[in-house]
Amino acid sequence: MTLAEQPFHESTASIEVSVQERTPWWEYFTFSRDHKVIGIQYLVTTFAFYLLGGALASLVRAELATPDSDLLPPEWYNGSFTMHGTIMIFLWIVPAVTGGFGNYLVPLMIGARDMAFPTLNAIAFWMIIPGGLLLISSFFVGPASTGWTAYPPLSILTEQHAGQALWIFSIIILGTSSILAAVNFIVTIWSMRMKGMGLFDMPLFCWAMLATSVLALVATPVLAGALILLAFDLLAGTSFFNPTGGGNPIVYQHLFWFYSHPAVYVMILPVFGIISEVLPPHARKPIFGYKAIAYSSMMICALGLVVWAHHMFTSGTPDWLRVFFMIATLLVAVPTGIKIFSWLATLWGGKLRLASPLLFAIGFISMFVVGGLSGVMLGSVPIDIHVHDTYFVVAHFHYVLFGGSVFGIYAGIYHWFPKMTGRMLNETWGKIHFALTLIGFNLCFFPMHILGLQGMPRRVAQYDPQFAEINLICSIGAFILALSTIPFIINAVYSWFNGAKAPSNPWKALTLEWTTDSPPIPHNWHGEPPLLVHPYDYGTVDYEKLNQLLADHEASNLVPNH
Amino acid sequence: MEATQITNLVSENHRVSANTGEHPDLRIFGLLTFLFSEGMLFVGLFTAYLAFRAIAPEWPPEGTEKLEILLPGINTIILVSSSFVIHQADHAIKEDKLRAVQLWFLATFVMGAIFIAGQLYEYQHLGFGFTTNIFASTFFVLTGFHGLHVIIGLCLIAAVLLRSLQPGHYHSQKHFGIEAASIYWHFVDIIWIVLFLILYIL
Repeated sequence: MTLAEQPFHESTASIEVSVQERTPWWEYFTFSRDHKVIGIQYLVTTFAFYLLGGALASLVRAELATPDSDLLPPEWYNGSFTMHGTIMIFLWIVPAVTGGFGNYLVPLMIGARDMAFPTLNAIAFWMIIPGGLLLISSFFVGPASTGWTAYPPLSILTEQHAGQALWIFSIIILGTSSILAAVNFIVTIWSMRMKGMGLFDMPLFCWAMLATSVLALVATPVLAGALILLAFDLLAGTSFFNPTGGGNPIVYQHLFWFYSHPAVYVMILPVFGIISEVLPPHARKPIFGYKAIAYSSMMICALGLVVWAHHMFTSGTPDWLRVFFMIATLLVAVPTGIKIFSWLATLWGGKLRLASPLLFAIGFISMFVVGGLSGVMLGSVPIDIHVHDTYFVVAHFHYVLFGGSVFGIYAGIYHWFPKMTGRMLNETWGKIHFALTLIGFNLCFFPMHILGLQGMPRRVAQYDPQFAEINLICSIGAFILALSTIPFIINAVYSWFNGAKAPSNPWKALTLEWTTDSPPIPHNWHGEPPLLVHPYDYGTVDYEKLNQLLADHEASNLVPNH
Repeated sequence: MEATQITNLVSENHRVSANTGEHPDLRIFGLLTFLFSEGMLFVGLFTAYLAFRAIAPEWPPEGTEKLEILLPGINTIILVSSSFVIHQADHAIKEDKLRAVQLWFLATFVMGAIFIAGQLYEYQHLGFGFTTNIFASTFFVLTGFHGLHVIIGLCLIAAVLLRSLQPGHYHSQKHFGIEAASIYWHFVDIIWIVLFLILYIL
């Protein structure tokens, strides 16, 4: 019998769960303190924002399908790409990977009943919705249209004064939420691990969340500081960033990127964690290089804080500083490469179960490598100066943020959907979703590398007709990508209500979240969480013995006087 | 396959027993983590100030009135001493001396209020306004933000004082509020020392 076919102990306790022990549906619409409810609230809310951001991207691509600026009024075009970027970063990827997956999984993975500060957790979530609505409301007063970077002096002199102000306040609210979540994760991961679980017994997702939270904790307040100064410039007539009043816009760029470069690691590190969780159970092999992956997360965290000025190679940054930031930037490729090769080594020789989670995880690795390579190119000063502000940059960060983060988020959703909802997703629809996403994504973003090298600037509505064919291909790809979401939504909604009932451990995985019911009861386990093996002991444990131990454990929990 | 490889990972030096649903009080840890983040906000603003200063051809810009050092100096002494005063409360509660806690907190509150009054007096007697020039703007933002934090600290102290009126609310085994308020007060104090050094002395 192969390992993948090993029978696994099935929790029978779910039958005995009384009605009061299940989370009622309406709790998802309340100020719930349950980390699992909050995690799902985050995921569903941010997914709605993702759809909005995607719709805006489709508008932008529709405008760019032809060389002339003929579809949207110019200020609406600027507003669309600004809001697209802002929504995708601050209302989709950041809250989805930290607040969504982090909240749902961290306590389950470390054997805790909940996060360290459940009320604070709920407060952090309930700041997302007002922050998002504030941002969207700027559409009614003329949306912010200075890009997601809001560089001054443009953002001070903009005609969309009210929209820009709403943008600033929205980001400050969302940033505060992110800080509160980071505090919660650090304390939880450090101090709430169950008895017997050392730091190096944690699943790698928890390491990733620790590194992410440190980054968010250190960097986010600096962005808040920059935005407060920007708000004074915009509303109170100061001139911090206005050269005509003695200010300096470069200072804003430094403060902004001191947050916003670490922010890309906030968006990717948890996804690295997701991939480290998805690969071993679907390849039926231990993770390759546990400690190397754990340490490389911390190394990315440390390096990520000292690379920000590589966004400013063309901002008059002095040569010696450019060289420092170039070297630091290229160094990031080392821990990232360690992860990539560890994942490949995990897959190598495994007994792969090519279900949707693994498909998206492999898609993640392949697409992220493309983005990583163009990242190394952009990190070197000469190339960056050549392609700065062109579509090459757009291609790069979409390969990292879509090909990386979003593929990883989908891998995570397909992997943990059975745990979160108690229902299985439909595998055929999952594969259709994967194929459409992969085709649409590459059709949309790969040609942008060429556009960029040919010199097409980003953030323009009108361009030279010589770029027309490639842009049309990009737009067709974008529409396929937009359509690819439909099979996923149908699958998720249908399966949530009518999908096949999920067993407690459909993937026969070894991490703790799979030892409880699907979905877990409010306090996660009936008795004590059964910490019996390391998280990646695939192929090295005696499954029969493990089954026996799990069954014994459950029996001991069903003793009435527990 | 060796069955012995299934190890019960329970080790001796456990930190937390999550198993009962109870865990140690982590609020101080959480507060310190949050204050670290809060400190980074000031680091960002201080850095911006130092950058503006480094770039400017003349600092403060020509025609800006020099800052008076006497009043802020006295204010600094008051605020720094108040940190020692509030620290006494921390000691007192561990010996269940609630009356002493209330007195020390009251004293800290008065000292903090004097500091704020001094700041407001200084604001009214400055030769420049918020938008006069970049120096004036950074001066007001830095001191203003710090002042805001002092006021938050005063609110916390007042809240602790109010709660201490309920019999048995604080005692030697349960005094998170007192500890948190004093930690916050020390934080505000440390920020002020840095701020005073770079704004008035440097």
